[in-house]
Amino acid sequence: MPNSQDTKAVDSVEELKLAATSALNAAETNEQLEAWRVDFMGRKGRLTGLLRGLGSLAIEDRKIVGAAANRVRAELEDMFEDRVQAARSSQAPVGSIDITLPGRKPATGGLHPSTQMIREITQTFNEMGFQTVEGPEVELERYNFDMLNIPETHPARDMFDTFWVDSETNDDILLRTHTSPVQARVMETNDPPIRVVVPGKCYRYEATDATHEWQFNQIEGLAVDEGITFADLKGTLYEFARRIFGPNQKVRFRCDFFPFVEPGVDMSIEWKGDWLEIMGAGMVHPRVLENAGYDSTKYTGFAFGMGPERISMLKNEITDIRHFFSNDLRFLTQF
Amino acid sequence: MKVPISWLREYIDFDMSLEDLAHRLTMGGNEVEAIVRTGWIDNVVVGHVQAVAQHPDADRLRLVTVDHGSGVAEVVCGAPNVADGQKIVYASIGAVLQDPYSDEPGKTRKLKRSKIRGVVSEGMVCSVRELGIGEDHDGILVLDETVEVGTPIGEVLGESVLDIELTPNRPDCLGVVGIARDVSAITGNALRHPDVEYEAKGPDVNTLASVEIAEPDLCSRYTATVIQGVEIGPSPQWLQDRLVALGERPINNIVDITNFVMFELGQPLHAFDRDKVVDHKIIVRRASDGEQLVTLDDNQRKLNSEMLVIADPERSIGLAGVMGGTNSEISESTTDVILESATFEGVNNRRTAHALELNSQATLRFEKSLRPGLSEVGLRRATKLIQEIAGGTIASGIIDVFPGKGAEQETVRLDNAVIKRVLGVAFDSEIVESTLGNLGFKLAADDHGWDVSIPYWRPDISIPEDMVEEIARIVGYDNIPTTTLSGRPPQWQPQPALELRNKVIDSLVQAGMRETISYSATTDDGEARVELPADTPCGIKLQNPISAEHAVMRRTLREAVLNTVSRNSRTWRGPIAIFETGRVFLDYGEGLPEERQMAVGAFAGPKNELHWDASTAESDFYDAKGAVELLLDDLGIEPTFEIAEDATFEPGRTAVIKVASANHTVIGVVGEVASGVLAKFDAEVEKVAMFELDLAAILKVIGDSQAADSGKFKEFVRLPASHRDLSLIVDTGVTSGQIVEIAQRNRIITSATVFDIFEGKGVPDGKMAVAVRMVYQSPNKTLTADQVGKIEQQILKQLSKELGAELRG
Repeated sequence: MPNSQDTKAVDSVEELKLAATSALNAAETNEQLEAWRVDFMGRKGRLTGLLRGLGSLAIEDRKIVGAAANRVRAELEDMFEDRVQAARSSQAPVGSIDITLPGRKPATGGLHPSTQMIREITQTFNEMGFQTVEGPEVELERYNFDMLNIPETHPARDMFDTFWVDSETNDDILLRTHTSPVQARVMETNDPPIRVVVPGKCYRYEATDATHEWQFNQIEGLAVDEGITFADLKGTLYEFARRIFGPNQKVRFRCDFFPFVEPGVDMSIEWKGDWLEIMGAGMVHPRVLENAGYDSTKYTGFAFGMGPERISMLKNEITDIRHFFSNDLRFLTQF
Repeated sequence: MKVPISWLREYIDFDMSLEDLAHRLTMGGNEVEAIVRTGWIDNVVVGHVQAVAQHPDADRLRLVTVDHGSGVAEVVCGAPNVADGQKIVYASIGAVLQDPYSDEPGKTRKLKRSKIRGVVSEGMVCSVRELGIGEDHDGILVLDETVEVGTPIGEVLGESVLDIELTPNRPDCLGVVGIARDVSAITGNALRHPDVEYEAKGPDVNTLASVEIAEPDLCSRYTATVIQGVEIGPSPQWLQDRLVALGERPINNIVDITNFVMFELGQPLHAFDRDKVVDHKIIVRRASDGEQLVTLDDNQRKLNSEMLVIADPERSIGLAGVMGGTNSEISESTTDVILESATFEGVNNRRTAHALELNSQATLRFEKSLRPGLSEVGLRRATKLIQEIAGGTIASGIIDVFPGKGAEQETVRLDNAVIKRVLGVAFDSEIVESTLGNLGFKLAADDHGWDVSIPYWRPDISIPEDMVEEIARIVGYDNIPTTTLSGRPPQWQPQPALELRNKVIDSLVQAGMRETISYSATTDDGEARVELPADTPCGIKLQNPISAEHAVMRRTLREAVLNTVSRNSRTWRGPIAIFETGRVFLDYGEGLPEERQMAVGAFAGPKNELHWDASTAESDFYDAKGAVELLLDDLGIEPTFEIAEDATFEPGRTAVIKVASANHTVIGVVGEVASGVLAKFDAEVEKVAMFELDLAAILKVIGDSQAADSGKFKEFVRLPASHRDLSLIVDTGVTSGQIVEIAQRNRIITSATVFDIFEGKGVPDGKMAVAVRMVYQSPNKTLTADQVGKIEQQILKQLSKELGAELRG
């Protein structure tokens, strides 16, 4: 039988065990478990301290109490491991999944950047009462040039490098160099008021480089009625610029020459410290109105034209226009 | 057009900065692309030569003592013309000068302290070549003695040149005076006209030369004069400088003057050696076919009857308004000159120049249809300068053959009301009159407006709106108010083709496809790869294709889409799911071709992006078919698919798409591309599934089915439906379409869906297991299990009878 002192020492081992057990049961998080381990089992922990205290006991007592303490240490270590496991499994309940795996995304398609820009621009004008219409890409010289006040003798004919169609029956068929022939077509078949916006492909015999393509889209606009003025032209195009480039966009209108308008306008926007022309415009030339059978002393109108690819290049910082029709998915999927 | 500011200032004064001037010119239509400054060089100042001594070790070198304002420097100088007391251009160490010995234009070098034959040179006395303002390097530039020592050289020699991008309607601005007129209108300052007055002491010009115009349509006016006893030599420095500043090479005083007047007034001129003109007679006629002429650039030109020449009675002596001939050119021995200033017709002039690939400065002006009034002014100005510079005696009077006289519009009516009508704002009469007056228009006012005479230098003015633009551009478009479009909006017109195309694009994007846009032109051979049917109409050929790869307008989008697949197959590892809508061009031989809207889509590569839970299978027929089904469903069209043959596609894996409700109209095709076709596209994919839809045909189907149910609400049955699965064994070759069709004959079956197909283990050879889910629903009662079972048995019986189907045991 151990003497009273031994008993006391063994009791204190049992007390430590009780205290440690209840503390361990209370510990739930990894942090709390670690704190418990340091407190009871660490090098300066309470169990170690108790074992160090054995030095004051008699050799036999030391054996008894030491054995008890080591048994308790083993038990506590087992309990601790269980608790750590439990803590771990409490974070991952049964049926857990790997939430880091990617989800199932539906396949997404996308519009070509030209289509995106054409839609954005035409919608802007649609909301201002301009209806979208289209016209042929293979066109008669009459609509592409003659009716637009660009007779063969006109120096401006040189501004348009034209693709001519090789035809046995006709020598007046070409690929339209601009969407403006649709102006003539619309006026020929409709009475004022006219408000249309015309997107479509155009073609020019032009060496290609980073800023020139022989095929491109253009968006044409036309408004004709009694009482339409240059001031209306400015107001309409300001509104366009606000919507497409934002309300703070600086815009400049300067005189320019296009044979089918008078006065002629170049609309530029301020872009990175420079003025960039984004649109040609002007009051419809009286001869264009007369050619379409309109009374030019009664009706006035304005027309404008712009390149959606060029505007897309600005807004999306695309450096080479040749990307547009290259159909490289590495390009297209960015938009 | 390059406009040196010092030249511009000869005709007009202005106080504003060059930047402001450039801005105003730009806003008014003459876009200043750059202000190029020359002659401004750091560390280069006016110096004063205090002493000149011989270099101790070199005969040809001198030691020059230069006072440069902030000190005195000793410079070694090789120029023979350096002399005591001169004001010269001194460059100190560190100045960056043009390298006079380099052939490379613009090559500069930094001036370093150096020893020349044992003597240290502290800088340099400069020639014009080192300053980059001229070619001369034979001597130093000697400045006017009044310039102050130490003045930065830019203040003395600096020139600024406006580089202006002109519009084709303003040939007047191809002369410095034309730009000066715009500056006059901008500033309100008066223009100083070039002096055209001279004293003619010679005999009557008609006794010295004669002119005949054989082609009055191509030459509306020909003015000429004769100057006798001129002294041919180099032009004075100022004249040479003017031409050099524009990039022109000085030749001799007479030729230089004709060029100078062209750049001053915009009128091209030509001078002939009178002694070389047979009978001193000038004839303006068409060349004969095959006629030869050696032009001033020493090229033998072969002419044709479309070209206008200047000739004497024996031979042609110049290409009218394009370039002179060597046989009559001014040489050192010339004493008498016939001076030409004529108005040649623009289109003919341009065509001649283009045909001979001879784009001269003269053509640049004539092609813009100059007015004949300018020719006389040009003639008088050049005559005056010749007398001043080359001496000689001017004949009395001028030759003026003017067949176009009176043919031109002289005035334009400008009603005050037109200004308001066009611009939306009225201007005070004073503004209108001063603006137009400064531009050189003469106005006669009345109660309603003005009769405006059109100046001889403005071929672009013919209608009141032209005058309105003149006012607006000078007042500034910024100063015209901004209003919102008011008035009646037009009536909306249906645009079914456009709307259909937009819907198709949206549906295909929703189907996960990426839109592409290709070039509309291709090649016959390229297109032949997709094996179009033999009865496809001809393609539209271009006369002047941009390249051999784009020579004919496409008749199909299939080639473009397969090209896109092929191109991306080498760089894109994910699914390729693309489509394109656009026009194909079908030529039926008369007038314009048909432009038919088509939509073609393709799937290639893996069906899915690489994903832990997605099939890695390749795309196939059913991907393309699914996209078509989704699209047609969106359009409210119920298609039927029938096995079909189409040379682009693989036999047995291709279906024609029809609309049963519209007389079985064919609207497209879907299938897997034939391996033989695919091989020609060099695509790095095994298989391409593709569809083609004819949007014109679809439009017709939609238009014809006015009573289409699409988009209308249908009351749904609220009673519960029963779902039962059937597992059948049928012969392989039986289609799911057959099974579904038989099942759906019973009106109680609201849908029958094949959800599994299996061949192999457990299924006899030549058979397959097909699982079908059937939905039973009666519109007016809840079906009991017995009733459902009965219907099921009936259907099974029918399946067994028609298809030999058995229930799977």
